[in-house]
Amino acid sequence: MRYSAELEQRFQKLVSQYPWKRSALIPLLLYAQDEVGYLSDEVISDIARRVDLTELEVRNVISYYSLLRTKPAGKYVVQVCTNISCMMWGAEELFEHCKHRLGVDHKQVTKDGTFSLEEVECIGACSWAPAVQVNYDFHLDVTPEKMDKILDDYGKKAGQ
Amino acid sequence: MKTIYTPTPLASHPDEVRIISKRFGQGAQDIDRYIALDGYKAARKALEMQPDEITNEVKASGLRGRGGAGFATGMKWSFIPKQSEVPKYILVNGDESEPATCKDRLLVEYDPHSIIEGVIIAGLAVGAKTGFIYLRGEYRYLLEIMEKAVADAYAKGFLGKNIFGSGREFNILTHTGAGAYEVGEESALMESLEGKRGLPRLKPPFPAIKGLYGGPTVINNVETIATVPPIILNGGKWYAAFGPNEKNGGTRLTCLTGHFNKPGVYELPLGYPAKKMIYDVGGGIPGGRQLKSLVPGGSSTFLLNREEAESATMDYDWFAKRGEFLGSGGVVAIDDQTCMVRVALRIMKFYRHESCGWCIPCREGTDWLEKTLVRFHAGAGMEKDIDHMLYLANNMAGRTFCALGDAAAFPTISIIKKWRNEFEEHLNGKSCPFEKAGLRELAAV
Repeated sequence: MRYSAELEQRFQKLVSQYPWKRSALIPLLLYAQDEVGYLSDEVISDIARRVDLTELEVRNVISYYSLLRTKPAGKYVVQVCTNISCMMWGAEELFEHCKHRLGVDHKQVTKDGTFSLEEVECIGACSWAPAVQVNYDFHLDVTPEKMDKILDDYGKKAGQ
Repeated sequence: MKTIYTPTPLASHPDEVRIISKRFGQGAQDIDRYIALDGYKAARKALEMQPDEITNEVKASGLRGRGGAGFATGMKWSFIPKQSEVPKYILVNGDESEPATCKDRLLVEYDPHSIIEGVIIAGLAVGAKTGFIYLRGEYRYLLEIMEKAVADAYAKGFLGKNIFGSGREFNILTHTGAGAYEVGEESALMESLEGKRGLPRLKPPFPAIKGLYGGPTVINNVETIATVPPIILNGGKWYAAFGPNEKNGGTRLTCLTGHFNKPGVYELPLGYPAKKMIYDVGGGIPGGRQLKSLVPGGSSTFLLNREEAESATMDYDWFAKRGEFLGSGGVVAIDDQTCMVRVALRIMKFYRHESCGWCIPCREGTDWLEKTLVRFHAGAGMEKDIDHMLYLANNMAGRTFCALGDAAAFPTISIIKKWRNEFEEHLNGKSCPFEKAGLRELAAV
């Protein structure tokens, strides 16, 4: 498995910095996913080797964490929080709006592979509800109109 | 993956007492700016103090865990054995995931060095040489800010083999999670940092005796640890005096969320009247509506009705006397046009999703309760379901390894007991009496 030089360097640092090597596992998986797009069989086997675990042990950890995925996602993962504070400001309706606008449901990818949509639990932006995260970028106080603009902007970026 | 950083909005109110938020918006991410704003003075002072003196100062401050459990911080530190054959650790819990809680984010974003300084002081107090700062995976931009702050502190010689030229060693590592509410529980947090599924551990042994990598470990919330430097600098008594008594010392970041005219994060003294918090600091309820319910500190706490909310004081004692909890600082106002069955359902949906499945009462209970609430909200509830839900929730509480089972049970019990009439209004195929009033309308306010 070949990663960028930058990521490879980060990996080397991660596997050597903890008292127990295994501690590097979750950051390794997340950073690999950021670069590759998802945790492919090849990535899983590579990372298992790096931290001296079996692939099964690694998969066991992956299935626990909601950010980790073993299937490809869209280039931009649109995560709409509908937890209680966001719900009070219309987040469930905002999620419905995204479904119609993108033509996909929870955890689905648009045909062109640009977006995937997810309804997520609290992302810690409760005073600025409703909140949406696109990949790691936060968007606060989102309205349906603002959402359209956000999606337009990412759509344009994807086309470039 | 490049993250786009947009500063999180800051709020302010004249009643705020700015101790840990005093550097917000002052450019304190920059280490030189932090130093100019009295930064790292407390760590230098702590280097001149005996370990017990540091812990006693924290004990005198009345500081209690700001993550939600409210355990006395100085007491927690004093449980760490003086002698240990294995290394001791400081672990900062930045897995901020309790619904309605968005305060640790601001501390990392606007004052990351206060966290580093707090960790150094905690390390000096208990004799640890390594600290870990664990941030939830969603907080990537904050991790980048934290990583830079740690690197800058190393470059200045505030971390490393010879901190502040004292000849003593202290190191800090930052660490990212990957999305799991359960990991906010301290034993699950250690499991996660060790590269495992975040399942809670059986206690005892408590982390202070056998924690991270088998070593004695102090686990403190981000806000708790950021409160340590001002306590050391100004004294425990000084800090305690901001609150009503020595068991409710100081201030806390209060996140006003939900139906407030002026939602935001405010640093309020302990014992602040909830009525003033709702109508003055929070600016009251939008659209001329009335308050129906208040979540006092994260969705794991017992919900208050309007009368209770208007007579509450925001301190540990007021809630403890009722057998309830002040919680995490995440306040949610719920107006009178909101369906409480829907609120109960949304809260339960969260706990069902986040239950790690280790303990049967929690795994099965949250699932069963969610299914019943879905059916209820759709108008297919039965009279006997109401008491059955109470029976289920009561049987979850206190019967699990960690507090997630309790966290799912407590709000449910309080909602069913206080708004039983709303459940009855959904019976026999009647449609939800509130849906017409629509949250969609409110979103447009």
